[in-house]
Amino acid sequence: MDKLLVSPAPHLHSKENTRRIMRDMIIALMPSVLVSVYFAGLSALLVIVVSVAGCVLIEHLIVRYLMKKKTTVHDLSAVVTGLILAANLPVSSPWWMVLIGCVASIGIAKMTFGGLGHNLFNPALVGRVFLLISFPVQMTNWSLSNSIFRPDTWEFSKGLLGAQGQLLDAASGATPLGIIKEGLANGLTMETLSQQHDFSYWQMLFGHIDGSLGEASALAVLLGFAYLLVRKVIKPLIPVTILVTVALFSGILWLMDPSMNADPLFHLLAGGLLPGAVFMATDYTTSPMSPLGMLIYGVGIGVMTMIIRVWGVYPEGVSFAILFMNALTPLLNKIKPIPYRKEVSLG
Amino acid sequence: MSKTFSIGGIHPDDCKFSKDYPIENFPIPKRVFISMNQHLGMPAVPVVKKGDAVKVGQLIAEPAGFVSAPIHASVSGTVSDVAPYPDFLGKKVLTIVIDTAGDQWEEGIDCSPGVRHEITVTPEEIFKKISASGIVGLGGASFPTHVKLTPLEGMKPEYLILNGAECEPYLTSDYRLMIEHGQEVLIGGELMRRALGEDVNGIIGIEDNKPRAIKLMRELTSKSLQWKVVPLKKRYPQGGEKQLIDALLRRRVASFALPISTGAIVQNVGTAFAVYEAVQKNKPLISKVLTVSSSDLSVQKNYRFRVGTPIADILSLAGAMGKDGNLSPQFAKVVNGGPMMGKPVSNLEAPVMKSTSGLLLFTEEETKRKEPGECIRCARCFEACPMRLQPYLLYQLALAGRTRELEENRVFDCIECGCCLYTCPAHLPLLDQIRLARNASLKNKRKK
Amino acid sequence: MTSTLLYTILSLSILGGLLAVILYFVAQKFKVQEDSRIEQVLEALPGANCGGCGFAGCRAFAEYYINNPDSSSFICPVGGNEAMMHIAQILGREVKEQVPKLAVLRCNGSCQNLPRINTYNGSLSCAVAASLYGGQTGCSYGCLGMGDCVKVCQFNAMVMDPLTCLPVILEDKCTSCGACVKACPRNILEIRPKGPKNRRIYVACANKDKGAVIRKVCTVGCLGCQLCLKACPFEAITIADNLATIDPGKCRLCRKCTPVCPVGCITEINFPPKKQEIGNE
Repeated sequence: MDKLLVSPAPHLHSKENTRRIMRDMIIALMPSVLVSVYFAGLSALLVIVVSVAGCVLIEHLIVRYLMKKKTTVHDLSAVVTGLILAANLPVSSPWWMVLIGCVASIGIAKMTFGGLGHNLFNPALVGRVFLLISFPVQMTNWSLSNSIFRPDTWEFSKGLLGAQGQLLDAASGATPLGIIKEGLANGLTMETLSQQHDFSYWQMLFGHIDGSLGEASALAVLLGFAYLLVRKVIKPLIPVTILVTVALFSGILWLMDPSMNADPLFHLLAGGLLPGAVFMATDYTTSPMSPLGMLIYGVGIGVMTMIIRVWGVYPEGVSFAILFMNALTPLLNKIKPIPYRKEVSLG
Repeated sequence: MSKTFSIGGIHPDDCKFSKDYPIENFPIPKRVFISMNQHLGMPAVPVVKKGDAVKVGQLIAEPAGFVSAPIHASVSGTVSDVAPYPDFLGKKVLTIVIDTAGDQWEEGIDCSPGVRHEITVTPEEIFKKISASGIVGLGGASFPTHVKLTPLEGMKPEYLILNGAECEPYLTSDYRLMIEHGQEVLIGGELMRRALGEDVNGIIGIEDNKPRAIKLMRELTSKSLQWKVVPLKKRYPQGGEKQLIDALLRRRVASFALPISTGAIVQNVGTAFAVYEAVQKNKPLISKVLTVSSSDLSVQKNYRFRVGTPIADILSLAGAMGKDGNLSPQFAKVVNGGPMMGKPVSNLEAPVMKSTSGLLLFTEEETKRKEPGECIRCARCFEACPMRLQPYLLYQLALAGRTRELEENRVFDCIECGCCLYTCPAHLPLLDQIRLARNASLKNKRKK
Repeated sequence: MTSTLLYTILSLSILGGLLAVILYFVAQKFKVQEDSRIEQVLEALPGANCGGCGFAGCRAFAEYYINNPDSSSFICPVGGNEAMMHIAQILGREVKEQVPKLAVLRCNGSCQNLPRINTYNGSLSCAVAASLYGGQTGCSYGCLGMGDCVKVCQFNAMVMDPLTCLPVILEDKCTSCGACVKACPRNILEIRPKGPKNRRIYVACANKDKGAVIRKVCTVGCLGCQLCLKACPFEAITIADNLATIDPGKCRLCRKCTPVCPVGCITEINFPPKKQEIGNE
């Protein structure tokens, strides 16, 4: 070094950088990805690959050619968005639909607001909701019939899957939440429904495939959650608040009328609540920055999810609930933190 | 059970590579450059001129105003110049240059090596002695000590805290001082305690990565009723005044208030040592201990240097300079102080100051800043800030120049510790802009 | 089908018409009475809201100017004489013709003339660098080269020259609004008259160190040698703190000072090259 380097203090920096954080998110999403590919075969892999590649490509094109700046894809945030978007899609999603989802996520929800750190709404969720509203049929087709390389054709996995080896698919093609919603609306009670369909908690925990790719295995999501906590990427406040709120809300309803309401454990494990609470609600940019803000945010998501699940039209409400609370995040960020020392009068 | 402060903070590696290197006396330099800006407050005014002969410990500059301190010659010889010279940051300050000749001390200064235990002075005499000896806060802030010890209207001191935390990575000068001169440090602390009032309690706070120092100081204070030693958790910025008071007394200092408003006065252990020398040995502040260190372990030293020694001389003897007289090629930056709050050195010919506690050497890889990215709103800076400020917000407000909102968000509370910049994953220059805005606001406030 | 269409169109039209009438009356009732001249003056002003006049935007300037008959000292530097004449016409007042001005950089310390002796690695802002230390060069008065002035210029009149690391002021675009002068932490940008035929002479240095010190660090720094002062027939040059300054009010652009400067820091702009006298080498 021929010339001295001069800069203001501090002169050292922690090893943290944005890329590392995104890399940790990708690793945390790996268990869910692997489980979904295992149960749903190569179609799942196709959806995931198209989603990730699409998001990265669109971000690169927009930044390079529309905004005329240096490309930003190396910070891996587009990869994370791609994975989360894929986790929100059913396995039979056609590739063109996935690409449209990528355009909605990256192009509309992220880039128009100014790119990384400036978006108001969670990009993957915007993509998912956009697709849900635009292509309702494809987005609620959970059947695996056209899925290639399905595991139930493999000898050894027949034993693994046990009695439910036929994987519920052809029969109803609906998720547990969907079954409940429809059943209750048709006047059936919970007992009847549980007799007709086998809602095994074990299956939900370990690898139930009816639903989008991310909803498959609660255990895979919990593994990812544990990894993120250990690596100090996220704080447990938001996910725990969401889950506790949902448990309380559904618990109260279930205690009031068990025949018309599913029990809390069912609500916690079913649907996209776990992946939503762990991966999507904790997104830095769209969640509040202070502990009180995070608490209100978590409670809001929990309450809205349950409201939509119980009284709304859609069987699953997590996506809408998170997007709704994202809109409130700037307001929650205006809550001033508790000052270092409570002042009586300022000098 | 180690205590600690309750808000924010970070955990950098403490890198105390030089902790087992005993203090060496740095040889007296051929020339010293003593600048008049050795302390916070008004620069001192020279009382010698070119050609005067001086002895070690002789007064060469008087304080100018209340918040100021006298300066004494650190070597004996002849004054060769009194003119503006560039300091280590390249800014010109009035400097007294002395060409060294021998090592003659002023009469009355006790140069004997033994420790003088008996305290035979009254509190008023202690105070006067500190004031006349040019002692300033040697933790890095250089605040004139006698001003800090001056009683203020309505604020009675209850505690005197000796800061042995040394929370900055790499620095080991305070640690070595406590191990090798623990008795003197304690006597100095006791002198200050008496100057404040007999009912004042003394606490010595030491981070728990220095078990030897804790053990030694505990032994020395075992029979004392007024002093106790409290271990502190190894964290940054544990050594900050406000954080120490929070950790040890669970009291918080209000915005714009002085720490004395909570009943506590904090002094560095190096300052306590200087007080001992001033009162017991009649020796004014003319030397201090600093650490020279680098992460590649090639340079590890703790030196007792004379004020005004050129940085290049110290680095050269420590082995950090190459044969051509420039800095060794693997080092890219020299820092005066600790890595978190120390100032960068742009001029190696410049001298060290009264409160310099370290000269650290960093390679380009360790210290070169990365390209800043976008703020991802991760709130790590908010979690790390020990004053519970919102650095991400203050940064944006500082860039936009919104002074009123900056003041509303308590930018004055910023202690410039650097925790926010350290943890930001996007490598945003948070503290640079906040510091600028804060200093501009303070200047405006003072003008009114 | 047709009846639905008919009813829809009818009902919406009636609703729209009703609301329009209500809005009209409300607008009339709550109209803010303001001096109609303000709008006229506003139109005459450039509308850049740059603050160069010293007011918070063009409207503030218009209001003050109209309401204070003795405001002849306030002008709009961006609009210049054209705008002020127009405003004078509208208000029926006299306005002095102002000399066109622009910003001038009092430093020629390029990378070639003033070598860099350290590498700055902090936030790329002149203000941050200036508050930290003396700078990347041996001159603690000169241009820091990080472009705070360029960033603040609203009229795209400043560009950083990558070869010299100095900002360049584009004559035709500079409106002398003064934003760059305020932004420079070293105060080396100043507003000077453009001069007759856009010609001007100034000392491109702001260094107050003694000549012997400057010589070592910069090849074009003013030494304070006073040769220019002695050469000027109009007493337009003053020397203070080892630095020469040319007073634009007194300077007649005679160019006698430029050749005597030993370092060549007196800068002439837009002059034709001097005729070489034959045989005078």
